[in-house]
Amino acid sequence: METLFFLIVSLVAIVSAILVVTCRNPINSALALILTFFCLATYYVMLDAPFMAAVQVMVYAGAIMVLIVFTIMLLNIRVNASKSQSHKVVLGIVIGFFTLLNTAVIVFKSRVALPNGPLTGEILKQQGHTELIGRELFTTFLLPFEVTSILLLVAIVGAVILAKKKI
Amino acid sequence: MDIVILGLPMMYYIAMVAKVLVAFVFVLLTVAYSTYAERKIIGHMQVRLGPMRTGWHGLLQPIADGVKLFFKEEIVPAQASTFAFLIAPLIALIPAFITFAVIPFGGVIEVAGYKIPLQIASYVDVASGKVYDINVGVLYILAMSSLGVYGIVLAGWASNSKYSLMGGLRASAQMISYELAAGLAIVSVFMLSGTLSMNEIVKLQSGFGGFEWYVFKQPVAFVVFFICAIAEINRTPFDLPEAETELVSGFCTEYSSMKYAMFFMAEYANMITVCALTTTLFLGGWNGPLATSIPLLGPVYFVAKVYFLIFFCMWLRATVPRYRYDQLMHIGWKVFIPLGLLNIVVTGIWNFILQ
Repeated sequence: METLFFLIVSLVAIVSAILVVTCRNPINSALALILTFFCLATYYVMLDAPFMAAVQVMVYAGAIMVLIVFTIMLLNIRVNASKSQSHKVVLGIVIGFFTLLNTAVIVFKSRVALPNGPLTGEILKQQGHTELIGRELFTTFLLPFEVTSILLLVAIVGAVILAKKKI
Repeated sequence: MDIVILGLPMMYYIAMVAKVLVAFVFVLLTVAYSTYAERKIIGHMQVRLGPMRTGWHGLLQPIADGVKLFFKEEIVPAQASTFAFLIAPLIALIPAFITFAVIPFGGVIEVAGYKIPLQIASYVDVASGKVYDINVGVLYILAMSSLGVYGIVLAGWASNSKYSLMGGLRASAQMISYELAAGLAIVSVFMLSGTLSMNEIVKLQSGFGGFEWYVFKQPVAFVVFFICAIAEINRTPFDLPEAETELVSGFCTEYSSMKYAMFFMAEYANMITVCALTTTLFLGGWNGPLATSIPLLGPVYFVAKVYFLIFFCMWLRATVPRYRYDQLMHIGWKVFIPLGLLNIVVTGIWNFILQ
């Protein structure tokens, strides 16, 4: 059941990822990208990480992509009339081939899976994924967490200063 | 009942399909008849009669409206970007409906020896007897409602009309700003409950004979959340994206036939979802007197509370005039967000003292 579901979601993810680069209309590309993010969120759910899934949809599909769609709308980029350039196609094929080779070597030759951590599906079910993340964030990773919040504050202040002509 | 498919008993699938159908039909019927109720209620509030011609006191009006919209000609503007134009109503409609998957509308009922929790995305673990639902129910709803904005924005942009674009831009700015304030208001509920699971939040409000509701503990959060939620779903007095007088319906100006009906349905379905969410978070969900001992009372209480909130939305529409756009942004960013943050701080201090 899960394998079947995984295959279906993967098919949608791959097709939508291809559509992101092949769509001629930038809005349609953005829509396809949202669908890809949504499929990634589905993977998180299948990995027993519902909090990550919700955040993935909220932040990537909900916030960042709204910004991108907003930009496309305001700049009013219509159908992209770019000419196909043959040397770029060749370059793309070469890069694609080597990336595929690289991935194949990693998947078939090396040990991709790390040793299992202390968390199992049972522990996740008992304590809850969100609770575990919260506890870790406020104990082990407290300093990075606080530093990130200061970084975000700096970004907000910067955005206000950039947007305002006179302060 | 011993048939097992893919590791789960047969009753699991039957219960799941039944729950989905019941919830879906409930939302659809409520959408249809809340359009009628709205016209009727506002009519009576303005000393009019409202729809009277179709059926007894106009009871068949929603069906007549539906049939009329169904047979209208479907028009796609010549300069519109076709794909986005066609898909926008769907993007608006789907998140409005799927949020209902995590809202608990009743306790656990027992059918033919199999325990069924009345919440779509949940099940009872037979071995331990515990109810499992989505661990992050509220975040799921926030995530889905943040997707709903695409429908309106795309509709506004793809129509290739000035009014629609203005409506779409207004909608996106408004929905994003009010999402923040609504989220902050919910955080203070999480601080009391200590969980994001909707089922647990309802269970925590079952004290005092079913009246230990979070609205009494968090009145500020309740007011902020409900107002922001109304703003987020673009209902009056915050319906600037479709302001009829200035934008001639805003983002859905160019839509006709069933696609227009879909936007209409999405708006009402969003209203129902928001009312159901407010009920669950602040008004004790399906809790009420005797709800734990008589399981079938739970859904009755839930529906009664949701309908009361829907009535309240319509009451607001009949009473309050539309906000101006700068006023809307002002109260969103300068009143509700600071109020939500302050509420979080006060709740934090209160929790700290109680420890």
